[in-house]
Amino acid sequence: MLSKRIIPCLDVRDGRLTKGIKFKGNVDIGDPVEIAAQYYREGADEIVFYDITASSERRDIMIDTVRKVAEKIFIPFSVGGGIRTVEDMRQVLLAGAEKVSVNSAAVRNPAIISEGAEAFGNQCIVLGMDVKKTKVTEQTPSGYEIVIDGGRTYTGLDALEWAKRGEALGAGEICLNSIDADGTKDGYELNLNRLISSNVNIPVIASGGAGTPEHIFQVLEDDKADAALIASMTHYGTYTIREIKTYLHNKGIKVRMTW
Amino acid sequence: MIAIIDYNAGNLTSVKRAMDYLGKKSVITGDYSEISRAERVIFPGVGAAGRAMSDLKKRKLDMALKEAFKNKKPILGICLGTQIIMETSEENDTQCLGIISGRVARFVYDQAKPEDAKLKVPHMGWNSVNFKRPHPLFEGLDKDSEFYFVHSYYPVPDNPSNILGETDYITRFASVLAAGNLAAMQFHPEKSGTPGLTILENFSRWDGEDNVK
Repeated sequence: MLSKRIIPCLDVRDGRLTKGIKFKGNVDIGDPVEIAAQYYREGADEIVFYDITASSERRDIMIDTVRKVAEKIFIPFSVGGGIRTVEDMRQVLLAGAEKVSVNSAAVRNPAIISEGAEAFGNQCIVLGMDVKKTKVTEQTPSGYEIVIDGGRTYTGLDALEWAKRGEALGAGEICLNSIDADGTKDGYELNLNRLISSNVNIPVIASGGAGTPEHIFQVLEDDKADAALIASMTHYGTYTIREIKTYLHNKGIKVRMTW
Repeated sequence: MIAIIDYNAGNLTSVKRAMDYLGKKSVITGDYSEISRAERVIFPGVGAAGRAMSDLKKRKLDMALKEAFKNKKPILGICLGTQIIMETSEENDTQCLGIISGRVARFVYDQAKPEDAKLKVPHMGWNSVNFKRPHPLFEGLDKDSEFYFVHSYYPVPDNPSNILGETDYITRFASVLAAGNLAAMQFHPEKSGTPGLTILENFSRWDGEDNVK
């Protein structure tokens, strides 16, 4: 039986983590390569890097980081942030990433999904979706709307429609981030995850809102999500990945316990 | 020297990086004579069967692989590589190498088991392998080890003796195959953490004999 995945997410700016990350018993470190290696050793099933560099040299810096990460960790990792063209994807994949994620760029130019899937295979293309709750209207019948540009721009796109379209275009996975839940530590947006997961046939990674292992349990049980993205829970040493996985394992969720 | 066969199929660099990490000399190559000279051969791949076979043939690498097999060179198949060694694939209706007899099928839901419909295709993520017997390549693995899979098709060997390990997803499928000096796995050892690296390390020392000493 397939295991549910626990995926730490690292925000990178100018080749450094945006905040130093403090593991239990460790000092703060700002090097994404070192942190990724640490998560690899601690049993992360996959790692997500999100590049929030604003400068024009961003690509080279990130590619360099990806290359160094790929020399040290032997589990899949994905890179998102600022990927706009198939050539951007190619560089990141050649540097050693397993997957690339597209978010705002895919809304502006949906063909990037199909072009990427055609060039590298569906399994390489992750559709990142930032979602906000809205009124149920004719335009947004699911009651959820896609926002882009880091939550600043409302698109009027219905989240469920967009997820289905992304799958049809060739996305191999969806990373579903609830803007409403993000940063609250009150738990994932369960309704949203259930809605999207039960309506697409590609894996869904739940993102936004995790504060406790119980929250992760809630979103993984009954297949509301195939994987859970975590950040602050482990970044600041509140929990280790082993503690989270042990909790899930004891509650009957299949997770990888040997590494 | 380990030859990692280059046939335009991607995923080659991650196998190379894993070998570099282990300190094993390897080269990514599509050159017939370089493959002939190599001590052992890794046949990796991500992509579609039809395209892969036509790229292999274009470069005469289908012959190089068959020769390596006949000459008892240790061969490691990974993911698409594991499918291409079969006779035929449902993917793009492809005639494959036929090193192991059998076919490659796509995951199909059993109508009698509606609960399976929520299992997604591709089979992507970590899953376990039930090994049916010991093999030199899989020595030293914890029995609870899991491996990273990404695929929509799986091999169906005619001869059960070629099945070294099985995995459950939608159906029970042959996830690890063995035929003398060839061992092949549907998962990605280069992306499967420590257990995966153990397999690659074992391969780099394997003499091609299918018996545990």
